[in-house]
Amino acid sequence: MAIQDQIREIREEIESGIGSYSTSKELYEFRKTFLDNKEGKISQIMKGMKDVPKEDRPAVGKIINEIKEWATSAFDAADKKLHAAELAAKNAAEAIDVTMPAVRETVGGLHPDTLVCNELIEIFSGMGFEIYEGSEIESDYYNFTALNTPADHPARDMQDTFYLSEGFLLRTQTSAGQIHVMENKKPPIKILSPGKVFRSDDDATHSPMFSQMEGLVVDKGISVCDLQGMLDTFSSRIFGEGVKTRLRPSYFPFTEPSVEVDVSCFACGGKGCKLCKGTGWIEVLGAGIVNHRVLENCGIDSTEYSGFAFGMGVERIAMLKYGINNIKNLFESDVRFAKQFKD
Amino acid sequence: MLAPLSWLREYVDIDVPAKELERLLFSVGFEVEELNEIGKDISGVVVGEVLTCELIPDTHIHTCTVDCGEKGTFQICCGADNVAVGGRYPVALVGATVYATAKDHVTIEGVMTIKKGKLRGVDSEGMLCSGVEIGVSEDMYPGAGYNGLLVLPADAPLGADVKPILGLDDYIFDIAITANRPDCQSIIGIAREVAAVLGKEFKMPALDYTENGADLDFNVTVEAPDLCPRYIAHYVSDVEIGQSPAWMRRRLALVGVSSISNMVDITNYVLKEFGQPMHAFDMADLENSEIIVRRATQGEKITTLDEKEFELNPANLVICDGHRPVALAGIMGGLNSEIKDTTKAVMFEAAKFARDNVRRTSRALGQSSDSSSRFEKGLDEYTTQLGMKRALHLVCELGCGKVSKLHIERSSGNSTEATPLTVSIAKMEEILGISVPENEIICTLTALNFEPEINGDELSVMVPPYRDDIDNNVQDIAEEVIRSYGYEHIVPSFLRTAKVTCGGLNQAQKDELKLKRALAAQGYYESMFYSFFSPRDLDMLKYPEDAPERNAIRIMNPISEDLSLMRTTLAPSMVNAAVRNLRRGNTAGRFFEIARKFIPKSLPLTDYPEEHMMLSVGVFGDGETFFTAKGAIETVADTFNLKFTYERGEKPFLHPGMTANVLLGDTVVGYLGRLSYEVCEELAIEKPVFVGELDYELLSKHFDSAIRFTPISKFASETRDLALVCSEEITCGALEEAIASSCKYITSVTLFDVYRGAQIGEGKKSMAFKLVFSPDDHEFTGEEIDGYVKRILKKLQHTMGVELR
Repeated sequence: MAIQDQIREIREEIESGIGSYSTSKELYEFRKTFLDNKEGKISQIMKGMKDVPKEDRPAVGKIINEIKEWATSAFDAADKKLHAAELAAKNAAEAIDVTMPAVRETVGGLHPDTLVCNELIEIFSGMGFEIYEGSEIESDYYNFTALNTPADHPARDMQDTFYLSEGFLLRTQTSAGQIHVMENKKPPIKILSPGKVFRSDDDATHSPMFSQMEGLVVDKGISVCDLQGMLDTFSSRIFGEGVKTRLRPSYFPFTEPSVEVDVSCFACGGKGCKLCKGTGWIEVLGAGIVNHRVLENCGIDSTEYSGFAFGMGVERIAMLKYGINNIKNLFESDVRFAKQFKD
Repeated sequence: MLAPLSWLREYVDIDVPAKELERLLFSVGFEVEELNEIGKDISGVVVGEVLTCELIPDTHIHTCTVDCGEKGTFQICCGADNVAVGGRYPVALVGATVYATAKDHVTIEGVMTIKKGKLRGVDSEGMLCSGVEIGVSEDMYPGAGYNGLLVLPADAPLGADVKPILGLDDYIFDIAITANRPDCQSIIGIAREVAAVLGKEFKMPALDYTENGADLDFNVTVEAPDLCPRYIAHYVSDVEIGQSPAWMRRRLALVGVSSISNMVDITNYVLKEFGQPMHAFDMADLENSEIIVRRATQGEKITTLDEKEFELNPANLVICDGHRPVALAGIMGGLNSEIKDTTKAVMFEAAKFARDNVRRTSRALGQSSDSSSRFEKGLDEYTTQLGMKRALHLVCELGCGKVSKLHIERSSGNSTEATPLTVSIAKMEEILGISVPENEIICTLTALNFEPEINGDELSVMVPPYRDDIDNNVQDIAEEVIRSYGYEHIVPSFLRTAKVTCGGLNQAQKDELKLKRALAAQGYYESMFYSFFSPRDLDMLKYPEDAPERNAIRIMNPISEDLSLMRTTLAPSMVNAAVRNLRRGNTAGRFFEIARKFIPKSLPLTDYPEEHMMLSVGVFGDGETFFTAKGAIETVADTFNLKFTYERGEKPFLHPGMTANVLLGDTVVGYLGRLSYEVCEELAIEKPVFVGELDYELLSKHFDSAIRFTPISKFASETRDLALVCSEEITCGALEEAIASSCKYITSVTLFDVYRGAQIGEGKKSMAFKLVFSPDDHEFTGEEIDGYVKRILKKLQHTMGVELR
């Protein structure tokens, strides 16, 4: 058969067959019967070129190339179409219920006390406070005497102390750390002292162990104005912009003047609500100007230096901030409780 | 501290409502914990006169016509036996609120609102009231204690509210007094502050008396002046014991003191009014005409007024007559010399006893009283003198005895006068940070009785003798000034004069936080448990009697036995948490705690114990295995670039086959295991619980948080999976180690499967590892890796008898 005839036949064969395949794999097999480099019918025709008279060869070569190009593009087009249909089918088959649960590692969380402490530490370390952690077991001297609370001072009755022996006790206040710091560091001093403290008290708002955060600044010319300025900054950072502080007279043996510090109620903006018991204010911490006797007990010249100290209950802040209603929850590690606190 | 408004009004002209006074006291540092209106439950009760009164046949009930003035005339039924025509009684009109009483007519059961009603078929428009029904006791109003109608004065205006007549319009302030102000543990102390805050004059109660009693030869010796710096005795003769007047009984009742007799009431009255504890001895019982204040002898006994006997020692101070103790100084009088109905003469005592000694004796004997608690708070000797004068005045006022000239006062010489103090105004303002106007300083301190004078920068004051809290320092004066001037004048500033300091966490604190976050990322929640636990916790975990964990520091005064030992291990708290969660239906959880254990150097403590940081982990519930729990331990290693190894371990509370010691190098740094079946059965839990502890303190010395970069290879790593058959004794760890050390290009060996079965053979297992080979200077070819694998296998076969599966 003449090459031209063979080519026409191939063309007809392709034209009639190309549309009859439903998978690209079958189409590929069909394609191979024409375009395979060795066995393909078009390649076979190429091999027949040697029998073509020399003068006809360019013309024949041209039509062979034409049919090859035509076949290639015809098959490519058909394949593209089939492939697209195949992908569409695959997509349809693989469609999922996107509302099914995610697969992931469940992340845990930190204790609410730690969350509050971290927040406080961040606020105060930005103001230049170092963090000091004292021991939980303290001597009578550091917990009381050096803090201007000598033996049998009535102020000792303010706190029910757990005693361990004649001279040692579970610290009732992180203020004990003040003395250790001031004995070992000369002004300027800015420390923040978080830690567990202990008092013999046990009800819905009191736990025999709780955490305190104590702050101490000792430098030249420190005043009540500086104390309030710092507490204003702290309050608005931890409770929200616009929260104000109010100082009112109180008493602690190691500060004078001593104050209780209230913050304007962040739930009602000071109008009076359940949280602030209608007063518009919430008591959050105690503070004052460091008593000269305390400075002198630590070998700091009280005529040259002055300072302020403040102390707050971490759980109290956590309970206010997160709305926790029973302090016991904090020490039970109930999964349902723990899950609610994410960093 | 209870202070009735009516009593305060005796000494200060209070012209503001009770609520406003509460606010003012709060602003100067006296928080009113409770403001109680005495008659708050009573309303709509007026004076009424019974016009007619007829008994309903066969009952004890009368039908009365009651005239209530402009309120009207009402028919009211009444069952009281003392109802009579012409009598004036409290009438609760329809709509009034009064106390409902039980059948005994005495026990209050609540508040009720009066409605129109019928008694035995007769209409009744209101109720005639007894004292109990309107909250008035005999001490508050004479006659109110009668179990029948309260009889009002014949001149009580008809229709008028009974509350002012009966003193039910009064308020009681319950005030929190800070420990530095013992002088305010008295009515006059509060009255002084009220006067200052209102800018009014304080009127001192009358202190005068006439000495017209019989004289007496008597002596007082204070043998222990350190414990009794001042002792005042004054003799009163011609005593007539009887009832105190109504005003005194009422005031005592308002502050919770029952009236006993005039002499005893006077001592209690002075205690409440001046804060000075007083005692009255029956002269007839004082032997040898003397009082000796001395330390008790060893084994000496006294029976106090409440009939309790105490055995004393020289740490206790006693008041003795010529022969025996007659009072436990500052705490309670002796039964042997108490005031009786027959008492004809008394010796009054007003003294100051040392605060700490009263406190110690009271604690040691377990005996306390209003008097001892008052001494413990601290008392000044000026008030001791005033107290005696006031008592003697009251004797005269009540006419219950004749005050003698016999006054004996023993003192160790402490001043009872105001003391001068001069401070620098500049220094005071430096503390406050604001400038206080001179006139405000003068005004404030004058109101507080400090008699201030300003001379340039010098502020001179006279410290009142009752202000023992003033410590001769400018800070005290600054506090007094700002307290009254008001903290609202403070202008917040931000450390105007302070030096800049460098703050922040130190490395150890950062490391701790880093670890907490790493564990949280692994699904662990941070726990915080009490630093103390129960001896039973150690029993629960089957620690033997001689275990070091039993050597715990004991709290001398624990809340309960369950909270009595300082923790020597964190494991029990974690186990308890797991058990608590499971019992509450929480089926799974992962927790960790970083806290201290307490290791005593000696017991009882004579030195600081070691506070040793530990990390505990607890994992429980379905799906958790030893290896998921091991993830927590490996997280620690991973966070700080540590390499832990594991070996089979042992703990009395852990599964013997599922317990590991954790080692860092050759040192055991912790353990991990499954809670044993025995313990689980005892705790009635079925789900698996894994618990472990790491010595955080020790590990922290090896923490390496530094980040050091190693250049990454530009050649791709190749992996090979090898299933190796070996005998059961060979551990994964040993094989891993052998593989890793057998070829320098191996950068990771990870077990991914273990298989046991017939094809492998008895006593053998197949472990499949994924090996990663990382080239250093050229791309690996397949042949090269095959060569390494061949060499590794040869070595393993030779050293451990391991075959390729």
